[in-house]
Amino acid sequence: MELARHWRQRNARYRLEGSRHSTTHAVAFPAAQGSEWLPYTLSGRGSVLTYAVVHQASTGHDAESPYIVAIVQLSEGPRITAQLTDVSANEVEMGMQVEMVTRLMGDTGPDGLLLYAYKFRPVL
Amino acid sequence: MKPNRPVGLVGYGAYVPRYRIAAKEISRVWTDGHGGVPVVAKSVPGPDEDVITMSLEAGRNAVARAGINANDLSAVWIGSESHPYSVKPSGTIVAEALGVTPFVSTADFEFACKAGTEAMTAGMGMVGSGMANYVLAIGADTAQGRPGDALEYTAAAGAAAVIIGPAEESVAVIEETISYVSDVPDFFRRADRPYPVHGNRFTGEPAYFQQVRSASAALLAKLGMTPQDFTYAVFHQPNARFPQVVAKQLGFTPDQLAPGLLAGSIGNTYSAAAILGLCATLDIANPGDVILMTSYGSGSGADAYVLRVTEAIIARRSRAPLTERYLSRETMIDYAVYAKWRNKLVMG
Repeated sequence: MELARHWRQRNARYRLEGSRHSTTHAVAFPAAQGSEWLPYTLSGRGSVLTYAVVHQASTGHDAESPYIVAIVQLSEGPRITAQLTDVSANEVEMGMQVEMVTRLMGDTGPDGLLLYAYKFRPVL
Repeated sequence: MKPNRPVGLVGYGAYVPRYRIAAKEISRVWTDGHGGVPVVAKSVPGPDEDVITMSLEAGRNAVARAGINANDLSAVWIGSESHPYSVKPSGTIVAEALGVTPFVSTADFEFACKAGTEAMTAGMGMVGSGMANYVLAIGADTAQGRPGDALEYTAAAGAAAVIIGPAEESVAVIEETISYVSDVPDFFRRADRPYPVHGNRFTGEPAYFQQVRSASAALLAKLGMTPQDFTYAVFHQPNARFPQVVAKQLGFTPDQLAPGLLAGSIGNTYSAAAILGLCATLDIANPGDVILMTSYGSGSGADAYVLRVTEAIIARRSRAPLTERYLSRETMIDYAVYAKWRNKLVMG
């Protein structure tokens, strides 16, 4: 069930916690390793750099098909790959301003965990 | 009831999912379109939404309005009858995501549709006693109705959060509250059953009307107030009609009810319903306005509150999306998509 892997990533997934360099103030997501990098929660604001509409859903995501996966340019600098939500394929466009929301990312079954993680939606 | 130390709401936040299903679409499937419907439409959670995700967004909005550091919260309490886990608190996940852990009290409350206001009253005690400065109380539900059942027309989804804090920092001071509870078999769900059952003849008069009326009237009597002393009133809204009927019985006007009456367009958001109506009312309220809010939970009981809006509302309400922003992003879905998203299809 990989409980440990999911548990370790909870801060990154739930609230977009990355890290910031203590002298250069560069922001990294996922968090960079090293003593000069301190935990830093990103604003969740960004824009869609590019996206793909997924019609062949991965296992367990049939109900969501088609869904949209995007590369989001975060306002602090990092780019991340994430699912878009609350938007349909004909509404999404490159450059669209988006914000982070925490949503159900997966369900590992009736005797497993519900997984929550960041997704992005058009700014409300 | 009121604590020795005056308390109020220092922040509030709403959340309603984007999707709606028209009640007429449900009646098309089950009654060939015949018969009246209790609401125009109800909100439906998207396939990636549940009580935890909705509580989190409402909670984030409340924290933003309060202008406090989430770490200043001493408790994160979530009232719901649709917590995603039977055992594992929704509160721990929401608290972790808000960045409040580890020194925080979390608990899940359950009292049908008034679990959220139960958390609110408990928060009044916590802050009022001086044990805490800020308590986040949330009501949230993704309500379930058996396909074809009368409840399916209204069982909706939404969340509403309030942060209880010192009166002097509040957007609305809570002047007084009262809780009225009795054992009524109007609506219940046994453990491990997917859908609730309603005890038909109990739904109206001995349950909702009697409890909401009694709590509201007792609170007004205690404070020596009449309906004319209030700017607005918000009642739990299992459909569009019940709150309007109870308002009339108590002597409140349709104008007092209007800003917080949301059930017609989003259905019954259960634990969120009364608090969501309060959020929508605070969105348009002016300093000095007086609001009555009475929740109702099957089983059954009602919590009534008298709130007085302060000057702080002016600067604080624009710090998070207004309730209307959520209400206006209506994306209609049909019964087939609704059945797919709400796990009503047997996949074999």
